[in-house]
Amino acid sequence: MIVGNKKRTRLMTTSRFVALCLFSLVMVLPFLYMVSTSFKKYTYLFESPPQFIPKEPTLQNYVQAWTVGHFSRYFFNSLFVTSVSTVFTVVFASMAAFAFAKYVFFGKKVLFILLLMGLVVPGIVLIIPQFIIAKHLHLIDSFAGLILFYIGMNFSLDTFLLRGFMEDIPPELDDAMKVDGANAWTRFTRLYVPLSRPALATVTLFSFLASWDEFAWAITLINSQNKRTLPIAIALFHGQHATSWGLVFAASLIALVPIIIVFLITQKHFIEGLSTGAVKG
Amino acid sequence: MGEVGNRETNFRASGSSSPDLPTSSVISRRRKSLGNHATAYLFLLPGISVFLLTVIFPIVKSIQISFYKWMVLPGVPSPFLGFGNYSRALHDPVFWRALVNSGFYMLVTVPSQIILGLLAAILLNKKIRGRATFRVLIYLPVITSWVVVTLLFLYLFSGDGGFFNWILKDVLHLVNQDVQWFGSRWPAMIAMAALGIWKGIGWSMIIFLAALQSVNPELVEAAAIDGAGPIRRFFAVTIPAVRRTTTFISMMLVIGGFNVFIQVYLMTQGGPMGATEVLLTYMYKQAFTYLDFGYGSAIAFLLAAIILVLSGVQWRYFRPDADS
Repeated sequence: MIVGNKKRTRLMTTSRFVALCLFSLVMVLPFLYMVSTSFKKYTYLFESPPQFIPKEPTLQNYVQAWTVGHFSRYFFNSLFVTSVSTVFTVVFASMAAFAFAKYVFFGKKVLFILLLMGLVVPGIVLIIPQFIIAKHLHLIDSFAGLILFYIGMNFSLDTFLLRGFMEDIPPELDDAMKVDGANAWTRFTRLYVPLSRPALATVTLFSFLASWDEFAWAITLINSQNKRTLPIAIALFHGQHATSWGLVFAASLIALVPIIIVFLITQKHFIEGLSTGAVKG
Repeated sequence: MGEVGNRETNFRASGSSSPDLPTSSVISRRRKSLGNHATAYLFLLPGISVFLLTVIFPIVKSIQISFYKWMVLPGVPSPFLGFGNYSRALHDPVFWRALVNSGFYMLVTVPSQIILGLLAAILLNKKIRGRATFRVLIYLPVITSWVVVTLLFLYLFSGDGGFFNWILKDVLHLVNQDVQWFGSRWPAMIAMAALGIWKGIGWSMIIFLAALQSVNPELVEAAAIDGAGPIRRFFAVTIPAVRRTTTFISMMLVIGGFNVFIQVYLMTQGGPMGATEVLLTYMYKQAFTYLDFGYGSAIAFLLAAIILVLSGVQWRYFRPDADS
């Protein structure tokens, strides 16, 4: 009886493992194809059957994208815009989350509803009035215009997640610090920020991703070639070199590197941050 | 969310009580509470002011613009149209087609992402060799930019010898000649939906996984001891445990589904002849190609209204705290 159970469990585990392998393979196959294409010399011809391993692998596409395609420039444009807006978003959102989680103040409910509206009406629905506002503020074709609006776009989700997390920090710790005469700022920086590390990692990842990948606002706001960020540079690059898929994918994979790095750094805290912040409802 | 209020009152009470000096404690409580208000506002100020300027003000502005034939040039007065832009939308066949396309995309991608995401989460919930690797691999499309994956699928779905055509024609022999995926409405919509599902599975998987890990394992064991098989256990323990999460995921995915834009913008530009136009590409075209900001804003506002109603309905019928 017990032996039979064990056998069954092992069979279950094996079939689970096989199912996961197949699942992951389907998810990763497009990427593998992209990577292999980026190392191919001639990509304007489709091979049938498709070749997953390039016959004469070459780095030529990467070199060409980085130098001739000016992707080194676009890469650092993106890195600058994304880093600055991520830092501001996370700092501003954690401060606001602290106020929402631990204070009662006039207009709290209204502000919270506005915050929820920011969650429900995201993306490019507001791009027309945002463009008009940016024009009035003389922010067209500027990094400042990208950064300011990226902070606003990511603020509500980050505040929402962090608020959920900070609410669960036991008030006893807070009271103990208060008795010791610590003011709000000290309690925020010494207690709430360090204890919210998993949630902070999560919102940092979210904000970084959102700004790094943002396309619609950037393509609407930026006109100068030397101010392009990676997503619009890749899209326009594809428009110019429609058949040079190797070149397009080399540029795309260059854009993927920082994302993977940030993901691997933050992913340890990631699930923990999510399960305590977002999902509790 | 009812919980929150309680904790706040507790916090306030414990923060300012000093039982032996009643009069001064009333004064100090009042002063303290004023101080508390001010402190809270200081913490809110930087973020909320950017948020009000870049998100809330545009919402108001967008309603205003939608009532005008908005003139882009400075100094030129914009004629007031009332509901003119809205009635124009309701009589515009392209608007309706765009609405149907957005709705199709949403209806196809949302259930698929929920089911496949839940499946992946269940497979990964118990310890297994290579668990972290599987998780990262399935999550990889989520963190990749929309532009990159859109171009990638454009390549895979390419009409002359692309990967999917090779599978359909040379491996499965389902078709005799290459499918021109982006040459007509429904094949293009299917290709875009396939991309949306593939990109989104990892996201719902991660959220489901977080929810499943907070399920008490004793509950599952107890059900197993009571003789419940895996399928019974799934419906009796797992499904109720992830109900709130499913509502949350479904709400977010419905919003995301109606926000479909980049795929269409880069794959078909809404073509051929407006056949694959979705609400946001049509709005964008009206605003930034024809410079008709008023009409574009009316379309955007109608979309926002649809999203708000659908979110409200889901919230009402599957309210997170309705079941616990």
